[in-house]
Amino acid sequence: MMSDESGLSHHFEIKGGDFSNAGRISTGIKEILQEIGIDSSIVVRTAIASYEAEMNVVMYAQRAVITLNITPEKLHLKLEDEGPGIENIDLAMKEGFSTATDEMREMGFGAGMGLPNIKKNADEFEISSTPGKGTTIKITICLDSTEKK
Amino acid sequence: MKEYFHSIRIDPEKCEGRMKCLRVCPTQAIRVRNAKAMIIAEKCIDCGECITVCPHRAIVPLTDPFGELTKFRHTVAIPSPALYAQFGREILPEKILSGIKKLGFDDAFDLALTCGEVSFAIQEYLREYRGPKPLISNACPTVVRLIQVKYPELIDQIIPIELPRELAAREIKKKKSKQLKLKEKEIGTFYLTPCPVKMISIKQPAEKGESFLDGAISISDIYGPLLSAMEGIEKGSYRKALENICILGVGWAMVGGICRTLRLKNSLAVSGLTEILKVFNDIERGKLRNIDFVEAYSCAQGCVGGSLTVENVYISYNKILKLIETLEFEQIKACPDIREVRKLYSQKYFFIKGKFEPRPLKPLDKDLAQAIKKRKEKENIYELLPKIDCGACGAPTCLTFAEDVVKGEARLTDCIFDFPQKHNDLSQELSGLLKKPVCLNQTKPSPKKTSKKGKTIK
Repeated sequence: MMSDESGLSHHFEIKGGDFSNAGRISTGIKEILQEIGIDSSIVVRTAIASYEAEMNVVMYAQRAVITLNITPEKLHLKLEDEGPGIENIDLAMKEGFSTATDEMREMGFGAGMGLPNIKKNADEFEISSTPGKGTTIKITICLDSTEKK
Repeated sequence: MKEYFHSIRIDPEKCEGRMKCLRVCPTQAIRVRNAKAMIIAEKCIDCGECITVCPHRAIVPLTDPFGELTKFRHTVAIPSPALYAQFGREILPEKILSGIKKLGFDDAFDLALTCGEVSFAIQEYLREYRGPKPLISNACPTVVRLIQVKYPELIDQIIPIELPRELAAREIKKKKSKQLKLKEKEIGTFYLTPCPVKMISIKQPAEKGESFLDGAISISDIYGPLLSAMEGIEKGSYRKALENICILGVGWAMVGGICRTLRLKNSLAVSGLTEILKVFNDIERGKLRNIDFVEAYSCAQGCVGGSLTVENVYISYNKILKLIETLEFEQIKACPDIREVRKLYSQKYFFIKGKFEPRPLKPLDKDLAQAIKKRKEKENIYELLPKIDCGACGAPTCLTFAEDVVKGEARLTDCIFDFPQKHNDLSQELSGLLKKPVCLNQTKPSPKKTSKKGKTIK
């Protein structure tokens, strides 16, 4: 599971509909970041972004792999899911837009804040999607304090 | 490096290295080295879980002995409302306070009314507060320490209102010194505590201020003498004894007691560290933004579940609950005057002096590149370990052991499953054992599960 020399990387797998385990990955990521001494505001931004990403998979997709890669300069988080994909990305990125079902809303999800929230907490954000196949999200968070948002 | 004061000590004479504490510690702060348990000061949050499980009573809470009283000209006991829940239903606070006075204290102070005042003050603070939510109660010092260590980003959400016991001690010293023409330091204020962590909040307050209390005496130490002291005390009228109990304050002894008094639409109460971690993780993820106030206690059911209490926690919890119900039924409202509280609030009477500061754990290395390298090393070591968290190496889990090795605090050979040599020796020994005939009726072992893909991160 190791990548290049200077980086630390991890793969996490997550299944759609697995509400009871949602949040484990972001907690795991948070613990790694705390252990290597990342600034707590960055830890929280990463935890929120990864949690929202995780929740998106749990709510909409079949399965996904989240890849975390940390170098002394940057933190990359890549999420590749197999799922319905997103028809209109611009619309999905709007705050308040959501295709969540009533049940999901009952549970406090589906406020249409997921994707915007991921973007808000990242320094770089990329999203691509193929309807019917899946979505890929890549985010970068700068760890070098001079480049901090 | 700064030293952290802790309210828990391990007596090496009594410790036999039985490792119960090792397993129960929620922050993995205990290691067993040379068959003796030791606490890593930086990691300990003084929850007291280890005290309760130690089979040899080798882990001792650092509370004050009775003798301390003679150092002062005038002494006042301030019992935690949890003390009121330690005795049968017929023994009301009035009698308990008289009993305490018979034990040698010059006075005993009922904290419930102050708790009520602080509830009102918290209400005021919530009304004015505009920052990120929820606000978190500072009533449990272990929870405050947990936030300092593990959730530094939540630190500004801790309510900066002084705790009832501190306020009471402050005011008692002021009043009594005037009344008795003594210096404030000649008046000794002692908290009768349900848990050891209150001791550190006295010796080393989390907000770096100074405590107004002079010491803490364990409820379990005072229980026996108090019970005998109360024997001779005439029971007054039940109704009259009830009249002095502040319905808002007495609930502070149990989880949910503060929420109850705040009358908020969205508040929640949680007890037990595992549960608290779940709630705090959700707060950190922004999931609980619609909640105004969170009350959290490290002990199950709140202070009545403290490790220095005597009565069964569910019975004492129930006693407090019944007491509140009775007060409601009897329509007794011994409450502080809210207008008076508001006036004092505006004069900053209720605020803590210092500020809560984060206390993050030391990272694997100060240099990020090195820290990343060490983290990778840790993961590589972990992969070699048996992952059964047997504890035989002296660390609570294989993962913490891997960390200790990377930090140079343990050697890989401390693992009883040393590899690959020990593995081979052991498996030969094991296969020898397996060939031996066994007489017991044995159930068939279940087929071995295929190992999970990928790495599991704890």
